[in-house]
Amino acid sequence: MTDPILKIDHVSKRFTRMPGLAERWVGKLTGGGKPVVVHALSDVSLEVTKREVLGIVGESGCGKSTLGRVVAGIYAPSDGSVTLHGKPIAREHGGNVDKLTTQVQMIHQDPFASLNPRMKVGETLAEGPRHHKIIPANQVRERMRELLEKVGLEGAYADRLPHQFSGGQRQRVAIARALAMEPEVLVLDEAVASLDVSIQAQVLNLFMDLRRDLGLTALFISHDLSVVRHVCDRVAIMYLGRLVELAPADELYAEPKHPYTQALFASVPTVGTGKGRFEAIKGEIPSPIDPPPGCAFHPRCPFAGPRCRAEVPRLTGAGTARTVACHLNDGGVEMKTEAAA
Amino acid sequence: MTAALEVRGLTTRFETRGGDVTAVNNVSFSVEKGRILGLVGESGSGKSVTGFSILGLIDPPGEVCAGEVLVDGNDLRKLSDEDMRKMRGNRVAMVFQDPMMTLNPVLRVGDQMAMAVRVHRKMSKAEAWEESRKALDTVGIPSPEERLRAYPHQLSGGMRQRVAIAMALLHSPAVIIADEATTALDVSIQGQILAEVRDLADRTGAAIVWITHDLAVVSSLADDICVMYAGRIVERGTAEQVIGQPRHPYTKGLLDSIPARHEPGTPLPQIPGSTPQLSRLPSGCPFRPRCPRATEVCATEPPVVTVDGQTVLCHHPLERT
Repeated sequence: MTDPILKIDHVSKRFTRMPGLAERWVGKLTGGGKPVVVHALSDVSLEVTKREVLGIVGESGCGKSTLGRVVAGIYAPSDGSVTLHGKPIAREHGGNVDKLTTQVQMIHQDPFASLNPRMKVGETLAEGPRHHKIIPANQVRERMRELLEKVGLEGAYADRLPHQFSGGQRQRVAIARALAMEPEVLVLDEAVASLDVSIQAQVLNLFMDLRRDLGLTALFISHDLSVVRHVCDRVAIMYLGRLVELAPADELYAEPKHPYTQALFASVPTVGTGKGRFEAIKGEIPSPIDPPPGCAFHPRCPFAGPRCRAEVPRLTGAGTARTVACHLNDGGVEMKTEAAA
Repeated sequence: MTAALEVRGLTTRFETRGGDVTAVNNVSFSVEKGRILGLVGESGSGKSVTGFSILGLIDPPGEVCAGEVLVDGNDLRKLSDEDMRKMRGNRVAMVFQDPMMTLNPVLRVGDQMAMAVRVHRKMSKAEAWEESRKALDTVGIPSPEERLRAYPHQLSGGMRQRVAIAMALLHSPAVIIADEATTALDVSIQGQILAEVRDLADRTGAAIVWITHDLAVVSSLADDICVMYAGRIVERGTAEQVIGQPRHPYTKGLLDSIPARHEPGTPLPQIPGSTPQLSRLPSGCPFRPRCPRATEVCATEPPVVTVDGQTVLCHHPLERT
């Protein structure tokens, strides 16, 4: 295995909402009015090697989008560090986030919201490279045409406005815009989730072609397990801000080890399963404002024991290149005296 | 067995600046008691407009201009506004994608449910609350008394959708139409709700039309499937037939483009082009420009071909193997 280029090292991200004036007044009487802290990411560590596509899977509130944004340098981590070739991606100073590299680019879910409706797509594509002087000014137009052709559109489309494109075509433009910066790492946040099935296949094929031709490294964030399996080499499963399982895609799908991963796989309907077979996970996703103590999944977990309610499970090895954060894999769920010590 | 809902030749047009657009084109299907019909299609296929048309919820510039919608043998389209109001929420109910569209944010759940009960039935407020509590219980909401006193914003997304489904169930309707009812939910919550819905159909005998873009959901939930494209039902049959042996090239293309059906990393078979604009449909079969089997004859109206109850609208349906 080659050395990782992207290192996410014990990253936590908290969002704090300060109480309003009225809340503080009421708080003086009732003892409330304290800042509300959302634990979006808690102690996440991941390494990504060159040319690898790492899938990040989880349900809403699991922190997968926050992780993508931290990697793309949109947020600075509260704790820990994210580095590309050993250099930090973003730094916080004076309440602002300074992005320190253009080598990580992000593709968002909704191509209707992510493109400026008043800008010709050629201009949208050229804005970044021009600002960062990545391409000499006299070559910009020509390069933009090439880029559009690379993502399966016509070069002449550079003079069109976003509303003249369909959803799938817009997502191609969004991909071209990310590629215009000549990034080493792409972060795709639910990049095919808003597309129709027939269009989704087109964009996935494009992504796989680009990956092969350009040797891209990518973080592929999605809630769709079948899409992730199709394009990713390794998959990380997240739950309530923590990594619960990390494994090569084929091994994970063949045998999920974490009870949450198992439950997630069981509740996804697949084409041709036959009717009426839903093995639903019980209960709701807890709030990241007040996560349950111990393992965050324990209130919904069929195997939970006393230890799960007290101790946060660490990611430990489970076979080759696999890790899982579950006490079942680490000495059992019953409370032990030595575990407490 | 008689059908709880029968739709015959339903056609809905919208007047737009670019000319008239036929969003629902001669759509016919029927759903028997206790069965679930999956109505699948991509965006713009007319699946949602079909649902709205059944309930008479089309406003100008749109108009349902032809067809019959039979519930309990009555044609809903012939009813007066007053009589239609009596049917809606009573014999025919609808569940929308966004539960906040159904729920009033400033009323407690119990108050609005009780209101919905008392619209169609004479009873005291206390009795109506009791009815509401039972309905919440039916859809698997824990501690329903507490939820009745809550406001919608105090409930999670999955819980709100359950409340919306419970409201649809209040009057034990003969027909429930659900439009993308689990699309906005997480898979684990979607799994819970689909299990409840399947159970409801079996237990209460309601006929359910489940409108969605998600083939995986319909294939595991529905008894019968209709596939819509550009306002028409292009294929109709039992779930086993449509998923197991699709005969329309569009259905086949949709199923083939699902990643789970292929070796990871391999190129996916894709349907070329994009979903058509209804104002600029080609003559004859609307799928013609994207279809691998299209020939010159496809420029004429496609025939309806039925074998073993599986119906396709196509000049060149796929062979049965």
